[in-house]
Amino acid sequence: MQYVRAEDTAAAVDLVASNPSAAYLAGGTTEVDLILKDAVAAPEVLVDVTRLPLRGMREEFDSLVVGALTTMEDLAAHPAIVARAPLVREALLAGASTQLRNMATIGGNLLQRTRCRYFRDPMVGACNKRAPGSGCAAYVGEARMHAILGASEHCIALHASDLCVPLVSLDAQVRLQGPHGSRTVPLRDFYLLPGNTPDKETVLEHGELITHVVIPLLPAGARSGYLKVRDRASYEFALVSAAAAVLLEAGRMSQARVALGGVGTMPWWAPEAEAVLVGSRADEPTFRAAADAAVAEPFAVPGTAFKVELVKRTLVRLLQELTEV
Amino acid sequence: MTQTHEPGVHHAVDQVTVTMTVNGAVRKLDVDSRSTLVEVLRDQLLLVGTKVGCDQGACGACTVLVDGRRVLSCLTLAAQCAGKDVTTIEGLACADGSLHPVQAAFVAQDAFQCGYCTPGQIMSAVALIGEGRAGSDDEIREFMSGNLCRCGAYPNIVAAIRQAADQQVREAE
Repeated sequence: MQYVRAEDTAAAVDLVASNPSAAYLAGGTTEVDLILKDAVAAPEVLVDVTRLPLRGMREEFDSLVVGALTTMEDLAAHPAIVARAPLVREALLAGASTQLRNMATIGGNLLQRTRCRYFRDPMVGACNKRAPGSGCAAYVGEARMHAILGASEHCIALHASDLCVPLVSLDAQVRLQGPHGSRTVPLRDFYLLPGNTPDKETVLEHGELITHVVIPLLPAGARSGYLKVRDRASYEFALVSAAAAVLLEAGRMSQARVALGGVGTMPWWAPEAEAVLVGSRADEPTFRAAADAAVAEPFAVPGTAFKVELVKRTLVRLLQELTEV
Repeated sequence: MTQTHEPGVHHAVDQVTVTMTVNGAVRKLDVDSRSTLVEVLRDQLLLVGTKVGCDQGACGACTVLVDGRRVLSCLTLAAQCAGKDVTTIEGLACADGSLHPVQAAFVAQDAFQCGYCTPGQIMSAVALIGEGRAGSDDEIREFMSGNLCRCGAYPNIVAAIRQAADQQVREAE
């Protein structure tokens, strides 16, 4: 495996775009893991982008423009996030460990690969994500940390990011630089449903590099949070999670943002839940109706069936906590 | 192909020359591009205080400080550490051999059994106190959650961190 340290963004993009067997390396918490530990990925060339000028965060109008190399710890500590997007801070600090959060970048967090145990074990032959057409070992095997939304018999792999759940609820935007120029893609459109091509996870062209993530900040008075339910109290992936933000005016929610984690093949924005909440009274029947709307057509296997009710209760609990006087 | 120019690595190479500071000493090392920082620390620099536990970023035994921040050396490529300032467990004690307050607290509070996770626990604790996260035992537990201890020395680890953090507060006053 060869290593090259990129000195400027255009050169890095050229290097990767021109070589189908080249990949970007940032914090290393996905790439080093997948390549050297699991032997699931084997790029011939790793292009280290950590010296590119893509750190730093700045406020622009009502958003925070975050350089893709910003670490999870640094983003969580930014005053604009603390004050105007607490759901983002809570999700960041609920994820991984401090050591990992000091290494892991925001761009890398969006691109983290699934934790599916069958995907990460190259001895398992049936993995449509690694080898399209070979089948899905999780669908027929032991599933638990897997998806119930956006899933099918071809693939039930979960997108495990905590951060992406509030980001998708806030309609974050992803800025890319690629071999054919720059573009901005809404995070809500960034991921692809696995369908029968689960190897294609995002809209990225080979060589496109995430340069910034733009996070809209919440209006004054909004109440927001992230609730993560897991097998142990810390340092564990979610069984289910929920991110929400509401603006309460005289007991009714005039604005709402909702997304679910631990359940989707991608970070799961829940506009159906938002539609139930907006204009409604902040009470438990409303919250329950929103949760039912968000999880109307789950695709569960025996090992993941518990998530259907659990994620609904998690969303209801979060909304209750946010709106109690 | 072998290249030895620094600091940039402009062509794809499988051997990299990396200059980094380790425990205050500047070290210039030839490393395989696939070598992790923990491999280089242990095998090339013979700093075997840093342990390999899970070797996949899940246990925290390999925790070191890079530019003052706690990170996992098993998931860090050595090649990425050019120009960085690395501190290992061997770098904590004073020049005269007297223990760092966190080390002394771990001894005083009997905060280890087999000792294997201990260097990683101590490095992580040093950083935690610097991050200002020793406000309560719950906060200590939450922000030390990336360091596992199979022997279950957690209550004494928390007590040791509490002791060292309180001492630091007293000395600052």
